[in-house]
Amino acid sequence: MSAQTSELAPALAGEPRTALADALRRVVRDPLGALGSALVLVFVLSAVLAPWIAPYEPNAIDVPGRLQGPSLAHWLGTDNLGRDVFSRVLFGGRIALTVALTAVGLSLAAGILLGLIAGYGPRWLDNLLLLLLDSVRAFPVVMFALAVITVVGPSLQTVILVVVVTSIPAYARIVRTQTLSLRHTEFILAERALGAGVPRILLVHILPNVIGPLLILASMEIPVVITIEAGLSFLGLGVRPPTPSWGNILSDGYAFIRNTPWLVIAGGIPVVLTTLGFTFLGETLRDVFDPRLRRD
Amino acid sequence: MYSTRGCGGTEAALDALLEVRGLSVDFHTPRGRVHALRNVDLSVPRGEIVGLVGESGCGKTTLISAVMQLLADNAEIRAGEITFDGRDLLQLGEGELRSLRGDRIAMVFQDPMSALNPVLPIATQAIDIQYRERLGKAEKRRRAIDMLRRVGIPDPERRIDRYPHEFSGGMRQRICIALALSAGPDLLIADEPTTALDVTLEAQIIALLRALKDEMRGSILFVSHHLGLVAELCDRVSVMYAGEVVESGTVRDIFHRPQHPYTQALLLCDPARIEEATRELPTIEGEVPSLIDLARGCVFRPRCSKAFARCTVSPPLYQAAPGHVARCHLLSHG
Repeated sequence: MSAQTSELAPALAGEPRTALADALRRVVRDPLGALGSALVLVFVLSAVLAPWIAPYEPNAIDVPGRLQGPSLAHWLGTDNLGRDVFSRVLFGGRIALTVALTAVGLSLAAGILLGLIAGYGPRWLDNLLLLLLDSVRAFPVVMFALAVITVVGPSLQTVILVVVVTSIPAYARIVRTQTLSLRHTEFILAERALGAGVPRILLVHILPNVIGPLLILASMEIPVVITIEAGLSFLGLGVRPPTPSWGNILSDGYAFIRNTPWLVIAGGIPVVLTTLGFTFLGETLRDVFDPRLRRD
Repeated sequence: MYSTRGCGGTEAALDALLEVRGLSVDFHTPRGRVHALRNVDLSVPRGEIVGLVGESGCGKTTLISAVMQLLADNAEIRAGEITFDGRDLLQLGEGELRSLRGDRIAMVFQDPMSALNPVLPIATQAIDIQYRERLGKAEKRRRAIDMLRRVGIPDPERRIDRYPHEFSGGMRQRICIALALSAGPDLLIADEPTTALDVTLEAQIIALLRALKDEMRGSILFVSHHLGLVAELCDRVSVMYAGEVVESGTVRDIFHRPQHPYTQALLLCDPARIEEATRELPTIEGEVPSLIDLARGCVFRPRCSKAFARCTVSPPLYQAAPGHVARCHLLSHG
């Protein structure tokens, strides 16, 4: 209660506040949001700074020193080729971040475009796009991934392509629904009465009304994308070895799980923590952006 | 002031800014065609305020949507023409229409709570609306602030950065009026702009509209079901019933010498004009007819106390006095 009054105070004092800064402040104040933000921050920083903070070259093979346990020299031990697992985990984070950002960014952009067209365009186009989106959604992700990988071969780009295609429908549907409900609101009619054209209505007036739920979905999608990448790489269908990816680390360690379990633990924990971090952040964002929770 | 109004129908038509002639609009619905507007005539002379009155559902909003060419997708214009400043709006392309909307014809909506984009500050919307002007952002912002000051928003320099939800209903309607007037339109269409507001605010908005009309030298088409407001604000009035304009004339004609039985009944029902204390408010007997299967003849016949044999034939517009017409056979005798 006191936190809310203190937030209202600057508004009452007439200080212009931005919705984004306000939202960020509310996220960090929430314990779950703070934890989520911290985990995400650690993930992003470690991935970006990996080349500088990794103690070893991630692909440097040292066969005599293979399968060592955790030590001061190798914090998370070494794998079956003697590579430093900690360094590989850091570099694997880079792959995860790349996949997450490009895949979510691309599907967000495509989803927004298709959703706006479906929601604001003519009825037949809406029906056509819905049919297309539903068909994609009805297709199992793993089946689709296998099919695509069989045709174009496993690579980082293939993983991104699979993720983008399969997650476009979720974004497009949200945008379409929101656009449909907004297109007949009085303020859109007012804009049209003032002579605004379709691009102006879509970009200036509808998009800002849609972006809140989309950001929530995107932050919820990032962990899904990271696990898809890890899963495909684990199955040997994603990022090609020896490039370090969390899925590859897990896959390498899986063969030695009886004697040297730390390999699997080292590959699995970052996946779990990052997933949790983004999920917490997404949940908090949803609470912050939900206007019904915002009122009281 | 009243002397300029005695002119006849044809002379008024020459100087009309907006002229609607014989407009018929149907809506395609699952239950059949709804004949929402039938043979509607409406004239808005330059520099005057014209009131459009009628019950809910009588086609007022359909008529102004047709004028703005913003009818719903299932609407079809069957016949008629809408001339604005000498150009037939029904013949214009979407691009030409867009250049008229906002610039020459602007509109204020009924509910100020929903007529502003809730997620953008007023400044963003007020600056965006001036996209036709080749001005810098700072200059557009200055003009927006000027406009807000003109419609009576206190402290506009600071308030302009607020979001719509931070304003009261009356203030929001003022903002809507400011946005509508920002391009200096020739015609302002106000669709029941005070219905969602309380009586004090209503009086303020009416005073504001009147002041702005004098200041901007434009015409206003004022849509309302509030007879008192129309009498106070308008120069001319058109009365609509079930998709037809049944009577139109000057405010004085309509309120002092109503010719159509519907107008007379409507005036009798206005609570503000009832002089004796009664337990029950007077109402017009019967119901508004369904617009799907219309009976032949006068639309008001089923509810009209003066109906007679000829009423089964649709009445034309009879002239009661110069500039005063009504769609009722009773006038054919006089």
